[in-house]
Amino acid sequence: MATASCKSLEDSETARESEEETEIPKDFEPGASSESILISIDLYEEVENSPGSVYEDVSYRRRKSTICELERSAGKRVLAEEQVETSKSFDDKSQDGQLKAEIGHDESIRIKNSPNVEPIRIEMESIQMSSDEEKHEIIETAEDIHNPEWKQHSKHIFILSEAGKPIYSRFGSEDKLVTLMGVMQALVSIVQDNGDVIRSIHAGDHKFVFLVRLPLILVAVANTNASAPQLVVQLNCVYNLILSVLTSTQLCSIFEQRRNYDLRRLLGGAEKFLDNLVDTMDSDPSFLLVAVRCLPLTSAIRDTISQSIVQYCSKVKNVVFAILVAKNQLVTIVRMKKYSLHPSDLHLVMNLVNSSDSFKAAESWTPICLPKFDSSGFLHAHVSYLDDNCPACLLLLTVDKNLFFTLQECRRKIVERLHRYNCLEAINASLESEGYSVSEVGLPDLRHFIYKSKSAAQFTEPRLEAPYVSNEDQSNLFGLYQYLHHRMYNSARPLKILFYVGQKEIMLSWHMAGFELYAAFEPMVTKFTAVNTMNKLVRWIKKEEDRLFIMNAPTI
Amino acid sequence: MDSLEAKVVVLGSQGVGKTSVVVRYIGKAFSRHLSPTIGASFFTCKLTIQGFHVKLQIWDTAGQERFRSMAPMYYRNANAALLVFDITSYESYLNMKTWVMELRRNVEEAVVMCVLGNKCDLKSNRAVNTTEAQQYAVSIGATYFETSAVSNEGIEEAFAQTALGLIEVFKNNESQHNKSNDSLDGVDNVLSPQYPLRTNVIKTSEPEGQRIFCC
Repeated sequence: MATASCKSLEDSETARESEEETEIPKDFEPGASSESILISIDLYEEVENSPGSVYEDVSYRRRKSTICELERSAGKRVLAEEQVETSKSFDDKSQDGQLKAEIGHDESIRIKNSPNVEPIRIEMESIQMSSDEEKHEIIETAEDIHNPEWKQHSKHIFILSEAGKPIYSRFGSEDKLVTLMGVMQALVSIVQDNGDVIRSIHAGDHKFVFLVRLPLILVAVANTNASAPQLVVQLNCVYNLILSVLTSTQLCSIFEQRRNYDLRRLLGGAEKFLDNLVDTMDSDPSFLLVAVRCLPLTSAIRDTISQSIVQYCSKVKNVVFAILVAKNQLVTIVRMKKYSLHPSDLHLVMNLVNSSDSFKAAESWTPICLPKFDSSGFLHAHVSYLDDNCPACLLLLTVDKNLFFTLQECRRKIVERLHRYNCLEAINASLESEGYSVSEVGLPDLRHFIYKSKSAAQFTEPRLEAPYVSNEDQSNLFGLYQYLHHRMYNSARPLKILFYVGQKEIMLSWHMAGFELYAAFEPMVTKFTAVNTMNKLVRWIKKEEDRLFIMNAPTI
Repeated sequence: MDSLEAKVVVLGSQGVGKTSVVVRYIGKAFSRHLSPTIGASFFTCKLTIQGFHVKLQIWDTAGQERFRSMAPMYYRNANAALLVFDITSYESYLNMKTWVMELRRNVEEAVVMCVLGNKCDLKSNRAVNTTEAQQYAVSIGATYFETSAVSNEGIEEAFAQTALGLIEVFKNNESQHNKSNDSLDGVDNVLSPQYPLRTNVIKTSEPEGQRIFCC
């Protein structure tokens, strides 16, 4: 990577030239619609500004809880005072949150290849040695810190409590990592003592990234292409997953009562969701882009599906979201007016569906917290697959815990109507074709691309084809996308367009007001051809937008 | 023929085989690779016994600790409970007892209880004595079965027994019902002040009529 030549062209001639040539308007955005089904945000900004501790905003949230609001309005749908309430509770919050805020909003330090790293590392090693003596007693079954295989993993994710108790590790058993987690906790608290927050340590190829979300501390250690901010986003997803299992209310109250609590007790059974999430983040651009992948369907079919859901769900009070997903792709969302779903909440929903076969066995009625929607409480989800022969899963989310039978009936009617209009066949056909081939675009130099419509928070990519067949090649490609994404979003020098010559391909990324586009080209392509191809590509996406994106946002 | 509809909740620790038992009974199959239940799964089944059509609405709950606080939502208004433990784990047996106490505390009306010592194909690793479990079941007025979803032992019997228990309750209600009807006509209505005694086991002559659940 280091040897490859790299050249960025900020507002470069090339970009201007191409704009003139094919006249892509400034606000051109294939896939955008007047009303988006998802909330579009700049996640990186959000991560920077969110509070460091869940305690800070819990009292504020409890009053302003969206779920409470929905429950209140169940009788009469008045949702007017919202804004007044928000500003008031901000005032309240600023008083009790002041002490913590001082720490949380301080400019954080960033230790980068500084001499500080060495002493810290030595400290770590000395602790490793002392624990060596105890090793005899432990039967070596799971991977632990002394195991070379354990060290080989390219990415580790750890979760520990404020008190340093291990909660989760992607690899190895948490019990054997007690001392290691102790070191992590020590690092966090040493920096905290100076009124600061530790963010990352860079040592050689390894990045140690910290996310302090008290009462939890999350740590990622990676030597992948993911940049530190990207790892923070990943940690944030992991943190949100914990909230989706427990809610912030429960998480706080547990640690308020017992700082020493072993959270693994409550997370029992959820490790699978964590493992699955941590693994998919290394190959799925959804998390990198904070966007959702849609199942390609003709707009007529998609509308029929949405309408079927609207038709029956609108008769039921209190259905907040109806979500239809199939193999990690979104088919449609129907939502209650005034409420939108955040893409990262949707990622959690998809992760839940993907990680468990339990839903395939029977209809389920399960509590789920969507942290961005309302982290303080649970929504209740009726979860069912449409049919034994169709891997599409329908989730009906409500605030009313007594609605199971109503939703069961509602679901039955929806499925009946979908059968009648052959929607299941259409979904299956689209799933079987595994998306579309890049050759459909008709641009010979183009190997692969990822396009995200910013306002819609949706993205599209063709299926991976030769030369990206082996797992290694695929993950290399994803690494390149991560690298491009990082360079484009580099806060010190954000870019508009980047032409990058890799070892096996040429990469080009392009940010406009409305979209982000990343693409891989044949290795011999010229800058001029590549930029031209990008223009044509955007036009092709525009032409296909009805099929590739969800263009309307049906509400109940 | 009379018919009744009842809500059955399946409770017990994580991994004792609640879902396996239910899937064995309803799907007539066993899978070693069942995923842990999330929240609760809902099944229905119908059986005919002693001239009754019994429709069971089965709530197969998740055993994981984090769903414990959600349990009341699932067992509320239950007519019967299957309390499952794993005969190779004494801890799961003790935990099953806490479920019994919780049900007693929180469910006002009598619940037909049936204790299942599951995984009885693993007799060599037995950690819970049959007599002990049997005695405990008797002491709480429950029936006891040793079951195995692997070898399909005892499961049919347990469900049949539960259905019989429900029929019993239903018949009692009927007679109470009649009695109190009489007494309402007559003078003495002190005998059955709370009429009807059990409102939630009902006759279901019309399929989509009154539901048992008022949840």
